[in-house]
Amino acid sequence: MKKKVLEKGMEILFLITACASIVAVLLICVFMFAGGLPAFGKIGVLNFLGGEKWAPMDVPPSYGILPMIVGSLYVTAGAILIGVPIGLLTAIFMARFCPRGLYRFLKPALELLAGIPSIVYGFFGMVVLVPFVRGTFGGTGNSILTASILLGIMILPTIIGISESALRAVPEEIYEGALALGATHERSVVFTVLPAAKSGLLAGVILGIGRAIGETMAVILVVGNNARIPDSLLKGVRTLTGNIVLEMGYATGLHREALIATGVVLFVFILLLNLCFSVLNRKKKT
Amino acid sequence: MKKFSIENLDLYYGAFHALKNVNLDIDETCITAFIGPSGCGKSTLLKTLNRMNDLVEGCKITGRVLLDGEDIYYNYDVNLLRKNVGMVFQKPNPFPMSVYDNIAYGPRTHGIHSKAKLDEIVERSLRQAAIFDEVKDRLKKSALGLSGGQQQRLCIARALAVSPQVLLMDEPTSALDPISTSKIEDLVQELKKYYTIVIVTHNMQQATRISDKTAFFLLGEVVEYDSTENLFSMPQDKRTEDYITGRFG
Repeated sequence: MKKKVLEKGMEILFLITACASIVAVLLICVFMFAGGLPAFGKIGVLNFLGGEKWAPMDVPPSYGILPMIVGSLYVTAGAILIGVPIGLLTAIFMARFCPRGLYRFLKPALELLAGIPSIVYGFFGMVVLVPFVRGTFGGTGNSILTASILLGIMILPTIIGISESALRAVPEEIYEGALALGATHERSVVFTVLPAAKSGLLAGVILGIGRAIGETMAVILVVGNNARIPDSLLKGVRTLTGNIVLEMGYATGLHREALIATGVVLFVFILLLNLCFSVLNRKKKT
Repeated sequence: MKKFSIENLDLYYGAFHALKNVNLDIDETCITAFIGPSGCGKSTLLKTLNRMNDLVEGCKITGRVLLDGEDIYYNYDVNLLRKNVGMVFQKPNPFPMSVYDNIAYGPRTHGIHSKAKLDEIVERSLRQAAIFDEVKDRLKKSALGLSGGQQQRLCIARALAVSPQVLLMDEPTSALDPISTSKIEDLVQELKKYYTIVIVTHNMQQATRISDKTAFFLLGEVVEYDSTENLFSMPQDKRTEDYITGRFG
């Protein structure tokens, strides 16, 4: 009898802990939309999403976040171009080609990379990458390119970690089956193990992209933060996250609401990304 | 005709002496069965024939294994060896891709890319493995949707697609139901006309049903090797007799 009560009690405890995260997500949704949606109404959806001018202090003020949307997309795309190929190839190397001695150093090094606070990445970007880009390509150095390189590095641990475990989860029999047909080690890995790990690799990439879109502190230190639509990779931009952080401290009234609405846009981006991921995954299963 | 000659073969996994001075000839176009209790070295010996043991860390081999007179452990292209000596595993291991791509994997690996040629190889291999009629309408669908028995025949077809001379089978029916098992056994009988087959089995009835010659293994040694009929009707060694009459193992 006592055992039964205990079991029931534990069951309820687990249920509560499981619900906590779901409740948190729901509350965030409610807060974001409640706080942000009125701004869409007051500014007008087209003026807000499509407006090219962000000048909340002007009279009359303009609240167009198109430059920030474009900025976030550019920086994220750059990070994907740099981070995804390097990350996937590193994961393949770590899972299937790495000598054990080297792995003992590489793995902790990557875990360290994941643990570095983003502000420290920002300093690294400011002190190393900005002068490097300024010296090599010209411009001020605070640019899309710099932010892309920095973000590309920052998303590496996410992509590598998840992809590597996806590759390791592929049953050894599949690899051996390919070898037994006379395929080389490289061919077995690339044409058999890699396709078998596809959904895990995709998960790693999507999470990496999510991290790139959401990253704030490191990016504002190197990206210039100019709220305008850029005409070159060497120009500065402002990201959606950067916009919120830079102005939230002193914003009031509609300005404040517009910043929360910026957060809503960001939130929708992440939702879309997750949706893409589950659709792709479902397609694969059928 | 001898296909394989195994001469004074010793195999160690680290400090463990897994095969002890094995001497064995395997004849062409006949079915040779390896029987014995678990851990006796029969699968290990099978894997030395296509060098899958190379993957095992700490595996050391002395002695010679000759395929058509050539030592496969000396100056032999291991990928070519595995093309000539195909293998079917204990657990069906289809690749997570379509039925067609599974079969075409081997030929593509060895440089065949013409669509017409691949189509022909895929159909021929599936027919040889007696599974063509069951999958012909779903060649482009994932192989993982097939039943266990179908998957195993698919794996046999996949091994046949690279035109091997020898087919190694490592307990190919141990994960299957009786009906699938009998289908595979019929198939193996059919295939022996064209291929040299070596089969490891736990099931002594299976060995008597399908094999021409049988080797009995115990603790890493080949205790007895003879025609299946002789080995099961009048075993020369006391240990063989004890095993086949079910006194241990």
